[in-house]
Amino acid sequence: MKMLSIILRNAFRHRLRSILTIAGIATAVMAFGLLRTVIGAWNAGVTNAASNRMIVRHRVSFIFPLPITDLQQLQRVAGVSGVSWANWFGGVYGNSSDFKNFWPRIAVDPATYFTLYPEFIVPPDQLAAFQRERNACIIGRKLATQKGFKLGDVITMDGDIFPGRWEFVVRGIYTGRDPTTDETQQFFQWDYLNEQVKQREPGRNVDAGWYILKVGSAAQMPAVSATIDTAFTNSQAPTKTESEKAFQQSFVSMSSTIITSLQVVSFVIIGIILLVLANTIVMAVRERTREYAILKTLGFTGRHIATFILGESLVIGVLGGVLGLLLIYPMVQGVKQGFSAFFPVIGVSAFTALLVLGVAALSGLAAAVLPAARAVRLPIVTGLRTIG
Amino acid sequence: MAGPIVQIRGVSKSYRRDSNAVPVLENISLDVPEGEFLGLMGPSGSGKTTLLNLIAGIDRPDSGSVNVAGTDVAQLSESQLAKWRATHIGFVFQFYNLIPVLTAYENVELPLLLAPLSKAQRKEHVQTALGLVGLTDRVSHYPRQLSGGQEQRVAIARALAADPTILVADEPTGDLDRKSADEVLTLLDRLNKEFKKTIVMVTHDPHAAERAHTVRHLDKGVLQ
Repeated sequence: MKMLSIILRNAFRHRLRSILTIAGIATAVMAFGLLRTVIGAWNAGVTNAASNRMIVRHRVSFIFPLPITDLQQLQRVAGVSGVSWANWFGGVYGNSSDFKNFWPRIAVDPATYFTLYPEFIVPPDQLAAFQRERNACIIGRKLATQKGFKLGDVITMDGDIFPGRWEFVVRGIYTGRDPTTDETQQFFQWDYLNEQVKQREPGRNVDAGWYILKVGSAAQMPAVSATIDTAFTNSQAPTKTESEKAFQQSFVSMSSTIITSLQVVSFVIIGIILLVLANTIVMAVRERTREYAILKTLGFTGRHIATFILGESLVIGVLGGVLGLLLIYPMVQGVKQGFSAFFPVIGVSAFTALLVLGVAALSGLAAAVLPAARAVRLPIVTGLRTIG
Repeated sequence: MAGPIVQIRGVSKSYRRDSNAVPVLENISLDVPEGEFLGLMGPSGSGKTTLLNLIAGIDRPDSGSVNVAGTDVAQLSESQLAKWRATHIGFVFQFYNLIPVLTAYENVELPLLLAPLSKAQRKEHVQTALGLVGLTDRVSHYPRQLSGGQEQRVAIARALAADPTILVADEPTGDLDRKSADEVLTLLDRLNKEFKKTIVMVTHDPHAAERAHTVRHLDKGVLQ
């Protein structure tokens, strides 16, 4: 018989109470982990941004386009090894009130876009087919699965920014290079958009929504940014050139209040875990005051008593943490299926898994500190007089 | 019999109740020779248990000295005192105070976890102690599965397991029926006579006190 055996038996001395406590902690840990995962999904664009890509957009706002004629000037900037461009299309597919019918639809330069985004893996024959056919499109694997789209299918939708009925033929399905790559997007030819708008709305120009630059390294970004923004300062469309990470961050910042609220709630949950555990441990220690006095009489020191109490709380906390962690996965799967339009990339990261276990373990230790200190300090004769 | 294994000189002890100091022991001096079986008697509140607690090193005197097995226990720190108790004191309580989640074997093994013994050595000690109290057939029983007399015998085995210098017993028969009490007293008597264990026993029961070699009376904190 070792100390650990005593700790484990004490942890389940009141089986129902321990099980309820573990269930309470598991629920709180699950909520904490789910919130951290959602916050992580919100920041996925920032986290997954490439370190060698920059975005050039209109200085005033992302919604103002940049002239397509800026392209040649951008290609000549020192440090820039590749340039592409894209335009947000919008559009409405099916029932507009169903969020499952929303996914990003982006007009891109077919010749250069996928060269700058190696994380979107397109089979060469499908890419060639996409580049040959004006109204072709490439969609993500996850989107194809969700909507049942296959190669050769025609996706029909109504335009909102660009009015009219639009038809896109699926000629390629891309897969992500890693699990964090967004596989819910649809890309089609910018030339198709440009030609159709000219036909449908004579006089309306389609420019670039934003430019994407490939640079040699992150160290070159400040110089590239300064060169481009200085060059276009006095143009009709002044630019703001920033790293892809900063560009994505600007979107996340728009939701900063929500994210901050979620973070606050996640910390409140840690407080709840502490209270649930502390309540159980305080009760257990109070009931065993006499027992701890007996152990001291036998020769056990304050350090032993503290180990018993902290260990018991740690065991309950960690078990609650493990159970909570196991519950996070199906919950996140549910969020993934129900809110794929909002969170195209969502998953429990190794960091989140370690974080929730760490929080549960630390809460276990923290909840037992005061009861353990009290039990250690209590004189033996006082403890022996206690009716347990 | 050899020289005193317990030597108490001029010990006083009081407890605080609200803002008042309530004297419990007043200028007590006592010698307990090695191998003695001493009975301490007296009415409730006379200070018997307090005197026993001082001898066992679980309480400290306000003044005077308590020298047990060659150590002035009042001079030891808390952690030193804990180690000292593990080596020198075997404590038997009125209400047995076994740990309910541990079997009889594990309860007896408990104090041995503090000693530098291998698992095999601990097993040998536990079996010897349980053999002495006649409970080798109850090793895997939990306290709730034992009678009061059996629980107290396990408690005595636990007190004996580490082969302490002194056995202190606080009303060891106070919660037992006559038959079980007799069994426990016979066991203590045997431990004293056969194994030369020094025993200090607090009791209310004149029948129990008859088993002691020497009986001292305490009244209002003064040793008669």
